[in-house]
Amino acid sequence: MNIKINGENRDLGAIDPQTPLLWALRDELGLVGTKFGCGISQCGACSVLVNNASVKSCSFPVSSVGDAEVTTIEGLAESNGDLNPVQQAWVDLDVAQCGYCQSGQVMAAEALLRTNPNPTDDEIDQAMATNICRCGTYIRIRQAVKTAASHLAASE
Amino acid sequence: MTTLNYDDIADVVDTVTAGREDAIATSSRIRIVKLDRRQFLKMTGAVGGGLMLSFSAPKALSASSSDAFQPNGYVKINSAGIVLYAKNPEIGQGVKTSLPMIIAEELDAAWEDVSVEQSRIDQAAYGMQFAGGSTAIPMNWDALRRAGATARAMLVEAAAKRWNVSTDSLTTERSHVIHASSGKRAAYLDLASEAASLPVPSADSVSLKDAKNFQILGKRITGVDNEGLMRGEPLFGIDQNVPGMKYAVYQKCDSIGGSVVSANLDEIKTMNGVLDAFVLDGNGNAGELLPGVAIVADNTWSAIQAKRALKIEWDESDASKDSWSNAMQEAERLRHESGPRVVDTGDVDKAFDDSTKQVSGFYRYAFASHAQLEPENCTASFKDGQLELWAPTQTPGAAIMSAAKVVGIQPNGVTLHQTRCGGGFGRRLYNDFTCEAAAIAKRAGMPVKLQWTREDDMAYDLYRAGGFHQMHGSVDEGGKITGWRDRFITFTNDGNRPVSGGGISPNVFPGGLLENVRVEQTALEWKNRCAAWRAPGSNVFAFVVGSFLHELAHIASRDHLDVLLEVLGEARQLGPRGMHTGRAANVVKLAAEKAGWGRELGDGRGMGIAFYYSHAGHIAEVADVSVTADKKVDVHKVTVAADVGPIVNLSGAENQVQGSVIDGLSTMFNLAVSFENGRVQQNNFDRYSLLRMPSAPEVEVHFVESDYPPTGLGEPAFPPLAPAVYNAIFEASGHRARTMPISEEGYSLA
Ligand code: FES
Ligand code: FES
Repeated sequence: MNIKINGENRDLGAIDPQTPLLWALRDELGLVGTKFGCGISQCGACSVLVNNASVKSCSFPVSSVGDAEVTTIEGLAESNGDLNPVQQAWVDLDVAQCGYCQSGQVMAAEALLRTNPNPTDDEIDQAMATNICRCGTYIRIRQAVKTAASHLAASE
Repeated sequence: MTTLNYDDIADVVDTVTAGREDAIATSSRIRIVKLDRRQFLKMTGAVGGGLMLSFSAPKALSASSSDAFQPNGYVKINSAGIVLYAKNPEIGQGVKTSLPMIIAEELDAAWEDVSVEQSRIDQAAYGMQFAGGSTAIPMNWDALRRAGATARAMLVEAAAKRWNVSTDSLTTERSHVIHASSGKRAAYLDLASEAASLPVPSADSVSLKDAKNFQILGKRITGVDNEGLMRGEPLFGIDQNVPGMKYAVYQKCDSIGGSVVSANLDEIKTMNGVLDAFVLDGNGNAGELLPGVAIVADNTWSAIQAKRALKIEWDESDASKDSWSNAMQEAERLRHESGPRVVDTGDVDKAFDDSTKQVSGFYRYAFASHAQLEPENCTASFKDGQLELWAPTQTPGAAIMSAAKVVGIQPNGVTLHQTRCGGGFGRRLYNDFTCEAAAIAKRAGMPVKLQWTREDDMAYDLYRAGGFHQMHGSVDEGGKITGWRDRFITFTNDGNRPVSGGGISPNVFPGGLLENVRVEQTALEWKNRCAAWRAPGSNVFAFVVGSFLHELAHIASRDHLDVLLEVLGEARQLGPRGMHTGRAANVVKLAAEKAGWGRELGDGRGMGIAFYYSHAGHIAEVADVSVTADKKVDVHKVTVAADVGPIVNLSGAENQVQGSVIDGLSTMFNLAVSFENGRVQQNNFDRYSLLRMPSAPEVEVHFVESDYPPTGLGEPAFPPLAPAVYNAIFEASGHRARTMPISEEGYSLA
């Protein structure tokens, strides 16, 4: 099986098509930035983009990817290697505590900003409600989404 | 080497948790009740032993290795740069950044010039290396300052030699030594090889900076791993990958204590991707290795699929039959009976007799799971009698000891690599998962990464114990609190003393502050293990005492703030590691002032306040909430005032406080695990609802920067949140909730 991840075609060999995308990424491709938290679509630690939508990769069979474009945290940086505005906002605002949920949070925020570049507080809250932060960094996540949105607006 | 076994860990956590030595000392003044037979097993009055901790400074190492200036285990400088070593596990409390900041300050390095690496485990060089009890800052503050200052003194000495001037004529600034009168400057990097040849001065002899000259401490410094996290680098335990590694899972009995009779191993071994499946008998220590079935596979998914297909016959004759509903029934009976007294000061009976008004309340809190977001995992390789572990543990030293025991080698045959931990909250003080990984790697004859599922994690946690408090109190004519009685019903795992975090101590607030106080303690026997959970003990006692103080203020028709300040009384230090009532009153007043205490809020809205002292931190919190008729609670804002001494990293400190408030809210609203027939009834996040972003309130944080010794912030801001919110809900609605989580009384977060 072949899937397109972070702009590259990757060969998954004779992988069991029911394998969740999460484990294909982590075990077969060594893309470990995407995390396992619950395995039942509850926590969002495993969030990736499939085309432009945030998807819980723990509950998304690798066979469902088809021709779609998968983006993980490893594929988010700019082509020159700089962090993208969402990642940069996360670093600058020092969002992370343990950091385990944060790649999923960033992917959820990226998905939000791709469809709604200027979200209200309420829209941010609703969009990010899919992702749990056990350490409780929600206040900074909210600020970071806003900061990223304003940087994106300024660069346009 | 300072090492800890499983049982000692609970003592360490209790002991380093300021003022809780007495909880250990008095833990044997207790009545033990067996749930199924409803009888007293024992009642004793003997005093148990405490545990001494060594707060030792690290030994100086030789000044140099071949190519680098390395005056101690914390600093390495060569022409490539300045490396500072972070000694303790990073579990989200920020020590991988904050501890090196302390070194860099006294080294007088520019923070941008520094890179940070996780240190090796070497307790001879570093003293105790663990994450627990908010102790990293207080235990290491002085040693780290001296480690940095030692390196700085040697670099100055090297420059003095090179320029043939006196050390007094030299200053340092941003990773350079400067000779002002000649205008000479030398970078630390260039002086490193000369400094490496000098003798290392004794750490006690070096001088330390005056706090007013701090350049790094107290500033906002972003986490050293932030960028790595954003690039998906393999920082966590779960991310480790070693040559030849396979993927393992381990199935234990759903009810703790069950052992394997038989399993469909032959069938499992034929499954796609499965390499091996076998039974491990366990070693009789629930903290190390319990019986179960291990599966080793080519990838995690195959292993999980095979685990689901397991058919195991268990012998449950020794297994847990714990039942939360039985415990509740028993507590309901016991709350009417007196028990052995842990505390009995003044004359409580007389205080009640002489009082003007009295009030009673029966408080209850459920068990809770740690739910650190990274499920337990460990990578292990056993080769030629040597064990190598990559482990997200809070207690690497103990992990080495117990894993060595499990695979039958000496501890010096174990190498443990510290990884970042995806949350800890106390769960990773215990090393059952590292022992399992070691045993599976040895038996399978190949390196494995053992992965627990969330279901494993919740079924085999060491829970925050539930508990019950029948409270009774009185006030006199002037509205002053006169009598306080807490009839406490807790749990015991060993049949002798309360579980860690479940033992009350005489100085639990407001002990030591009121004249007539009685605390009685009874423990129910319980098989499912309970242990330290963020701010052990304080995380539940604060809820009870902080709420009941408000109940007393209410029957006295007085403002809660006035009563709180009256209870604290004049400024004084209560015992060597107890609270300082002046610092307490300061934060109480500050939180009230910043929150606008006393202003008109309108119907259905109210403010509550609470103070708690734990982990050497004095913290007051004010919650501002609205409550609807159908018990929907909107928490508008939480205002926190904290005195934890000097702040090390302002960004990290503020993050810890905000996170503690949100964790506190999450826990008080929704988090409960219950047990029936020994089995946990909530095994994943669909039934254990952690707070999500829409419910996160605004949190305003104020620090009082005092000159007292610094303490950590991983825990002390957690306890006051629940009582502040319960009290606010009462003010808003007139209803006194006494159950945690409060969802069990029908409340929910808007
Ligand atoms: S691991 Fe996928 S949602 Fe939790
Ligand atoms: S930072 Fe720890 S779970 Fe979000």
